[in-house]
Amino acid sequence: MNATHYFRAFSGIAGRELLRFLNQRERFFSALLRPMVWLVVFAAGFRAALGLSIIPPYQTYITYEVYIVPGLVGMIQLFNGMQSSLSMVYDQEMGSMRVLLTTPLPRWFLLLAKLLAGVAVSIFQVYAFAGVALLFGIDIPPWGLLAILPALILNGLMLGSLGMVLASLLRQLENFAGVMNFVIFPMFFLSSALYPVWKMREASVWLARICEWNPFSHAVELIRFALYGQFNLLSLAIVFSTSVVFFLGAVWSFNPARRFRAGRTA
Amino acid sequence: MEALRDSNHRPPLSVAGLTFNYGPRRALDDVAFDVRGRETVILLGPNGAGKTTLFSLISGLFAPHAGSISICGKTLSKAGASALDPLGIVFQAQTLDLDLTVRQNLRYFCALHGMSRAAADRRIGEELTRLKMADRIDEKIRALNGGHRRRVEIARAVAHNPKILLLDEPTVGLDVPTRRELIADLHARAADSGVALLWATHLIDEVAETDKVIVLHKGKVARIGTPADLRAATGTPNLDAAFAALTAGEAA
Repeated sequence: MNATHYFRAFSGIAGRELLRFLNQRERFFSALLRPMVWLVVFAAGFRAALGLSIIPPYQTYITYEVYIVPGLVGMIQLFNGMQSSLSMVYDQEMGSMRVLLTTPLPRWFLLLAKLLAGVAVSIFQVYAFAGVALLFGIDIPPWGLLAILPALILNGLMLGSLGMVLASLLRQLENFAGVMNFVIFPMFFLSSALYPVWKMREASVWLARICEWNPFSHAVELIRFALYGQFNLLSLAIVFSTSVVFFLGAVWSFNPARRFRAGRTA
Repeated sequence: MEALRDSNHRPPLSVAGLTFNYGPRRALDDVAFDVRGRETVILLGPNGAGKTTLFSLISGLFAPHAGSISICGKTLSKAGASALDPLGIVFQAQTLDLDLTVRQNLRYFCALHGMSRAAADRRIGEELTRLKMADRIDEKIRALNGGHRRRVEIARAVAHNPKILLLDEPTVGLDVPTRRELIADLHARAADSGVALLWATHLIDEVAETDKVIVLHKGKVARIGTPADLRAATGTPNLDAAFAALTAGEAA
């Protein structure tokens, strides 16, 4: 196996993910619509109820719509990571995962290629959302959209790896509803995506602590800081280390020696 | 001559002492056999004999508890996934992406095997023509019937010119004429291209008189030989009766 083989295999995997994405136009529109509903509808109501103080990285008072943009970007990536997980469960049910796992390439590479392809799709969705948000007059620094790219890649890797671990645990598509209830919603609502942690602390110290420990909060903060040209080292460290742990978990969960014990083929 | 010596010393597939358990249940017990170049080896066993488990081990989806698998001289447990390169696999269950076209499915597979786009398109064209599917190349898999989907799976399995083709009950669910065509095509491939076939089935009529037959029963190799050897060993007049005798009447 040489570098050309790896490159062609990566192109094949990425191309297939792209084709599947293009074949599922409703997936793209729902990925765009979901954050837009939050931005245009919910944010209008929340703005009246939620007072925001000046917190880093902001240097002045901001509107609630501006505050939640990084959270909604994170939400797009979170849902995309879970969508990739759903797609892997579908692949396992339909057998196409077997084809991937019986190719003469290391499993870590196959999973990484699938992961990167999913990240690329999520980044495309993020920029489509950002474009629509700008059209709606939301104040987003245009240069900040470029600055968030490394954060988007890292967040995508973390959330995609989490999706892979979940995919390895799920036997049927029907079980995916549990992921919505027990993974996506807690990760999203117990984070700094919709409200600052200090605001959460006013309601409950414990909930605020959970928010602080939630890696998704740090994914959002990484985007928030990068959007304003700032760097959040703590968030970077947490998102990076969580990505590594989730990815190693994904490689381990697709290891043949583990999968037969679980009574699964692919 | 060199190639012949190499093929004699390194069979495309060599399985030794293969043992595998599902929890406390032993699915394969000390299974050993070789598949040589141009050979068609029929893995004959009733449902639950361990055929699919054996294929999952050979294709690296499972890891064995004991024993070794060697593909063209490379031991799977030591060489890892790279040992799978000479394998072409037709799985028992359908494994095509229903929402992609025939061409997209085949190109994807060729890319996974490191083939260039030009080489992939050439091989895809050759195989689809051989399997009388060239005119369906841009149709989505979802639009194809079971027989056509199976042909696409065979085209996919051979697109990278494998040295050994694993076929896990490839004719299940097909009508009689399609079955006949596929059986004839697969036998012809072994003769034409030198690819070795390991073909799991429980259907006796898929066995040709020249094939090597491995009778697998309750996870163990009950007998290896040509149909004539099996008849002679069991003192039976035909392969059906020989198979029934070797599997204690459990033949399908």
